Amino acid sequence: MSAVLADMPERVAPATTKAIAPSKGGRPWTFYVLATLFGLYVIALYGPMFCIYVLSFQDIRGGLVFPMKGHSLHWFVDLFTQVRTGDVKGSFDRSIKLAVIVTVITVVVSFLAGLGFRKRFRGDTFVFYMMIGSLVAPGLVLGLGTGLLFQALGLNASWYTSALGAQLSWTLPFGVLVMFAVMSRFDHVWEEAAYDLGASRWQSIRLVMIPVLAPGLVAVALFGFTLSYDEFARSLQTAGSLNTLPLEIWSMTLNVTSPSLYALGTVTTIVSFIVIGASLGSIVLIQKRRGSSAKG
Amino acid sequence: MQPSPAPSRSNLAGWLYVSPLVLVLVPFFVAPILVVLAASFFATDGFGGLTPGFTLASYVEVLHSALTLKLYLATIKFTVLTWVFTLIIGFFVAYFLVFHVRNQLLAIGLFLLCTVPFWTSNIIRMISWIPLLGKEGLINQALLAMGVIHQPLEVLLFSDLAVVIAYVHQLTIFMIVPIFNSMARIDKKLIEAAIDAGASRFDIMRLIVVPMSKSGIALGTIFVVSIVMGDFFVVKVMSGGGSASVVSAFYEDVGVLQYPTAAASAVLLTLVLVAIVSLILRTVDIRQEITR
Repeated sequence: MSAVLADMPERVAPATTKAIAPSKGGRPWTFYVLATLFGLYVIALYGPMFCIYVLSFQDIRGGLVFPMKGHSLHWFVDLFTQVRTGDVKGSFDRSIKLAVIVTVITVVVSFLAGLGFRKRFRGDTFVFYMMIGSLVAPGLVLGLGTGLLFQALGLNASWYTSALGAQLSWTLPFGVLVMFAVMSRFDHVWEEAAYDLGASRWQSIRLVMIPVLAPGLVAVALFGFTLSYDEFARSLQTAGSLNTLPLEIWSMTLNVTSPSLYALGTVTTIVSFIVIGASLGSIVLIQKRRGSSAKG
Repeated sequence: MQPSPAPSRSNLAGWLYVSPLVLVLVPFFVAPILVVLAASFFATDGFGGLTPGFTLASYVEVLHSALTLKLYLATIKFTVLTWVFTLIIGFFVAYFLVFHVRNQLLAIGLFLLCTVPFWTSNIIRMISWIPLLGKEGLINQALLAMGVIHQPLEVLLFSDLAVVIAYVHQLTIFMIVPIFNSMARIDKKLIEAAIDAGASRFDIMRLIVVPMSKSGIALGTIFVVSIVMGDFFVVKVMSGGGSASVVSAFYEDVGVLQYPTAAASAVLLTLVLVAIVSLILRTVDIRQEITR
């Protein structure tokens, strides 16, 4: 499913140059029906999210539903200062740190696995299905198993050991699947050329493959960061005594009935959007620089 | 799968490259599953203490409970409803993007517009339905104002309807992306040839587009089915505690330290899930699908 991000420009080109509809002249009636459906889908996708962003900016009289009662940043201040809403600041810190660690490991391990899966080797199918299993297994069950395992081994569950591992069992399959899509477009000729020019295996990886695959690696990093930052089910039984941010949000949905909850939603979405924007921006930048140097 | 023709040297290199992946998956996927499997055969003192041993008592309890059937029926109901709606919406959104948007940049932009929420928090996207569906929410306010209803509808939030809405909202993206991917690979010449040969719009859909999008549909189905069947969070919050699924019951069992019963139910669920996923995998070689 992840193939598309890194793949877009090439894949879409043939699709849109000649549509089913004649490429000039009037659109068939189906176009208008489907365009309406698409529009409604996008509205349903974003509409609710924007509602809570708007509602988080109410003043102290604010409630959980419209109409808006005043405008202020009261609930954001409330979020980070009130004790009753829990340790939002601490869990926020932990989630960011954890997401960074997960991202680094995901990029490195997925890249290596992507290299490994290029050629068939004995047992590759087994490893592949183990990975698919890890992807589709119910997260809460895996989390409980990890928690019990740590208990049985006499280890303390914490966000940087058991929860880190539990999250990797979720981000790595995604990362490797993205690498599959990225690798499928890598032309082996470049690698062969590097070997012909006397490069070692490490040199061909560092000087040829990594620069060529850079946009795909950014996509892997985007998956690693955001999936970890928003991960909930696998962390629930493995994070130990200190919460990550999604666990904090979960406990807030059960206890807090003030716009503080929405304010937290706004804050975490802003972080997500910064990460998404930075990733997509750097992919575009890399592609653009590559395009201009190819022409120049 | 075909046996590897490669010499042993490339076997070694392959394993070296995937060894970090295996080193993570063994302790954090294989071992936990085995732990849960083992726990399902253990006896319990009822206070979270486990006695190693081999008893099928937990399975007998789970299989004899009338609740189990109810939970599975509820889970299957949510899965089927979510699957149908995500498939219909996902298929036509992908179809629109691939076959109807003529400008390539616009298609990329619209596609990204659909995918961005995937990278934001599921929990936040779920609770964002509260101001819309609640008793005093926007939908009720609008319907009251239009005079369609005279009392606020209470079935909108904290109901099965809300659960399905939240699932469809979160998971349609898992259908759009793989279906989009396989549709984008359909050679447009094929469709033009079909038009020239006099095929109707419906024939093109039935004989070309649907069969050639099959692998995308299969991949999307695996994602949607495994996520809905493994979910407890959406059911718990959006039904307001009124509905339960297999995993939400598992969560309650864990909460009261009934580990063996919870584990037995988890093992059964995993078997059902494996059966469904392998049935789907028979129709499509996903490894080849992804690398193509």
